[in-house]
Formats: sequence, C-alpha cells, structure tokens
Amino acid sequence: MLNTSRPCQPQSGGFSFENSRRNAVLEGNLSELGYSSPKARKTGTTIAGIVFKDGVILGADTRATDDMVVADKNCMKIHYIAPNIYCCGAGVAADAEVTTQMMSSNVELHSLSTGRPPLVVTVTRQLKQMLFRYQGHIGSSLIVGGVDVTGAHLYSVYPHGSYDKLPFLTMGSGAGPAISIFEDRFRPNMELEDAKQLVRDAIVAGIFCDLGSGSNVDLCIITQAGVQYLRAYDQPAQKGKKEGQYKYKPGTTAVLTKTVTPLPLDIVDESVQLMDTQ
Amino acid sequence: KMAAATATRFCQQLSSVSDMSPDWTTKEVSTGTTIMAVEYEGGVVIGADSRTTTGAYIANRVTDKLTPIHDRIFCCRSGSAADTQAIADIVTYQLGFHSIELDEAPLVQTAANLFKASCYRYREELMAGIIVAGWDKRRGGQVYTVPVGGMLVRQPVSVGGSGSTYIYGFMDSNYKPNMTKEQCLHLVSGALSLAMERDGSSGGVIRLAAISESGVERQVILGNQLPKWSTA
Repeated sequence: MLNTSRPCQPQSGGFSFENSRRNAVLEGNLSELGYSSPKARKTGTTIAGIVFKDGVILGADTRATDDMVVADKNCMKIHYIAPNIYCCGAGVAADAEVTTQMMSSNVELHSLSTGRPPLVVTVTRQLKQMLFRYQGHIGSSLIVGGVDVTGAHLYSVYPHGSYDKLPFLTMGSGAGPAISIFEDRFRPNMELEDAKQLVRDAIVAGIFCDLGSGSNVDLCIITQAGVQYLRAYDQPAQKGKKEGQYKYKPGTTAVLTKTVTPLPLDIVDESVQLMDTQ
Repeated sequence: KMAAATATRFCQQLSSVSDMSPDWTTKEVSTGTTIMAVEYEGGVVIGADSRTTTGAYIANRVTDKLTPIHDRIFCCRSGSAADTQAIADIVTYQLGFHSIELDEAPLVQTAANLFKASCYRYREELMAGIIVAGWDKRRGGQVYTVPVGGMLVRQPVSVGGSGSTYIYGFMDSNYKPNMTKEQCLHLVSGALSLAMERDGSSGGVIRLAAISESGVERQVILGNQLPKWSTA
C-alpha cells in the first residue's frame, strides 16, 4: 500500500542526456552571435597494443587537450580493469575514464559470481553491449588487453559498439602514424625487449606526428607472471633550453624619479601551491 | 548509404570535428564490403572481403565478416559494424536457445526469420545488410538475403554490400544452376576479386566458407593470390 500520493520514480542510474537538446539549441544561438560553445575535453591521443610471445603490451601517450590547449601534460590513459586486464582509452576523456571504471566494477562482481578470474573477452562483450546501447553518444574508443586462462588477447572497441580482435592495434588521433610503425616492424611472437621498443616507437610516432598527442610514453606489460606498469617509460619531448636571458641588469634603464607609497596590509591566510614549471 | 547513416546520428550534428582530429576518429565504423552467397547441390558457398573502414581509414584490414550463427548456419555482414555485430550476437543467442528447446539442429529459414525480425523492427535505427546462408536436413543448402529495411527473400545467388553493384552483371552472366562446389568457389572468388578491384570500401583478403552436411570448410585467399583479370 503506497503511503505517498506521488507514484514511485524508478532509480535511473547511468548517463543522462537530458541536456543534449538544450545544448544543441544553445549552440545554434551562440553561432548566430559569432561564438562557439565549449568543447568536451578529448584525450587527442595515441594508444596502441600488441600481442607478443609472453603476453600483451599496451602503450599510450600522456597528453590531454582542451581544444587547442594542453589541459594535462601527464595524464594516465592506461586504466586498470582487473589484475590481469588493462584498457587504454581514447576519445572523450570523461567517457573513457568512467566507462573503464564501470567495467572494472562489473568485472570484479562477475568474477566473484563465477568464482573464476576474469576473461578479456568478457570485458570486451560487456563494453560493446553498453556502448551499443548508447548508440555512440558515449565517445570512448578503447583498446582492451590482457592475459587470462585462454591466453593473451587484444581487442579494440569503438564508440558505436563494434569490436575487432587483432594481434596489433592503434587508436586515437595519432593512430595513423602509430599503425605505420606496426605495419612495418610487427612480427608474431616477438621477444619482450623488441616488443617494448616497437610499442614505444609507435607511440613516439604519434607524439611527433600528431598535434593531439604528446609528452611521455606509458607502457603496460601484461604476462602470465604479472603486470608491469611503466609510467613515463620514455620522455621524447623535452622542453628546449632557453638560448638567451630576458632579465636585464639593474642600471640598464636610467631612473629619473622614484616615489614609494606603502600599503598597509594584514595577512589573513597563507597557502603555497607549487606549479610545475618544468 | 554511409552519409545517410551519419546525417541521422544526433551526436555528429552536435559536435563539430576539431582541426586536430581526422575524420576517422569521429565517423562510425562501417563494413563497406562485398559479400556473396551461392547455393549448390548439397550446400552453400559464402564469401566476403576483409575491409572495415572508419571514413577513409581502414580500421581492420583482415576482418572476418562471415560470422557463425550455428554449426551449419553462417551470416555475411555488411553495413554498420556495430549494428551487425550486435544483431548477430542476439540472433546467435535466440537460435541457440530455440535449438535446445527443439532438441534438433535449427533450420536456415528460422535463422533468416530471426534476422528479419530484428532488422525490420528496428529498421529506422539500424544500418545492416545481411545474407544468411547454411545447410539443414529439410531443404539442404539455402541462401536468404535480408537487406537494409528488413525484407526477407530466398535466392539461389545473392550479393551484398557497397561492392556488389559492380558484380551484378558478372553474376547474372556467369551463374548457372546445379554447379559443383568447386565451380561455386571459383565463381565467388572471381566475383569478389572484381568487386574489390573497383570498390574503395572493399579490399584486403577473400574469406570463403563452404557449408554442407559434413561441416564447414574455411579458406583465405591472400592479396597476392587473388584471381587476376586482363585490365588489372
């Protein structure tokens, strides 16, 4: 027997697209005035993965862009899904982040329910079914890789919900440069060091040849023995050294008059935030 | 066909493409494609190219578009990769369930009708052109085509996908009823090779499968082994 007069509202979790139509109208109005609406932060990105002799290696750059400005110089694009499964994310940063977190939760629950360690194909299936349900509105392109009881596997999943299973993959805006490195030098059953070098080279190609990718190379090596997450494995894009100085010696400009007006100030609160100027 | 699909997608109209992202990061993945299926005495021969594109970028150059639905029933997928993969998974589940209930191998016609049911009901949302082919005990080898829109019709030979337009003439003039399995394989590989030569959205390798009472035989014809024609 319901005590309230209002009918029960079903709990609606997940993504909400209520503002999509409002945004479309606003965009139209703004463009009439000559302005453009703020763009969702995309991870620009070069992500790549290969299957080698002992498992899989995933690689990613670390630049996150807000249109034409670098929003984060060192973001993490290789996300944890399960102890033996990791996922690189490209596309809209928030979508990739939240999607992988949801998958991680679901996979852990599923694994507890089955009493078995998770399979890479399970993650891929859940991902593609969810992304298909949202018909491409969740803008995350993902490379899922891992080693499970059936072996080493690598899948790519696209925003609309399609997937491909291949021995080497690249995605993101820097996929073009990266895939060219793979097409040239990939061989099945490569040794660990060769494979690491190959993935590193592919990401570096993306960093140098794509404006949306930059900063460092992250690698994640997954084998039967375990996972090695190599954050900042390589830093190919070093900031250049300044050739000259912009400071002038005191006395360079002649001082004609000098007036000092002291301002009485009380310090209310003091806090120090270190800025990364490197 | 691709333009129609992207124009109706709300998402694409909302956000414009940034200068930094090439179009293949935002366009939907399509199986461009040339697919084909032929009935012969005792079974069917099916074939497909292996190219999946996002805009002008080839996302997968070795795609397998011949998807098993049941032991002796396959489907050839063309159109949106996401839509066809999702439908194929759904039909595989439905057919598997039905087969267990029946305690018998399912009919090809049943599989084809399941595809039609999904493709017709959601015809506005989907972009999927599917050819269902297989062997069953009741009617032997059969080919059913379920094009965009959700029609269902049985044909002795069927071609589909963007590359199919280039080989209707070849098919009409070279197909004869009551061919052998080897003749069918030769016809399919020849036709696909011609389509892949002319259609930009088709290419890669040729995947073939022959389905009969004894089972499924699969083969791959690599790029350098493709049948050659005089103008190539």
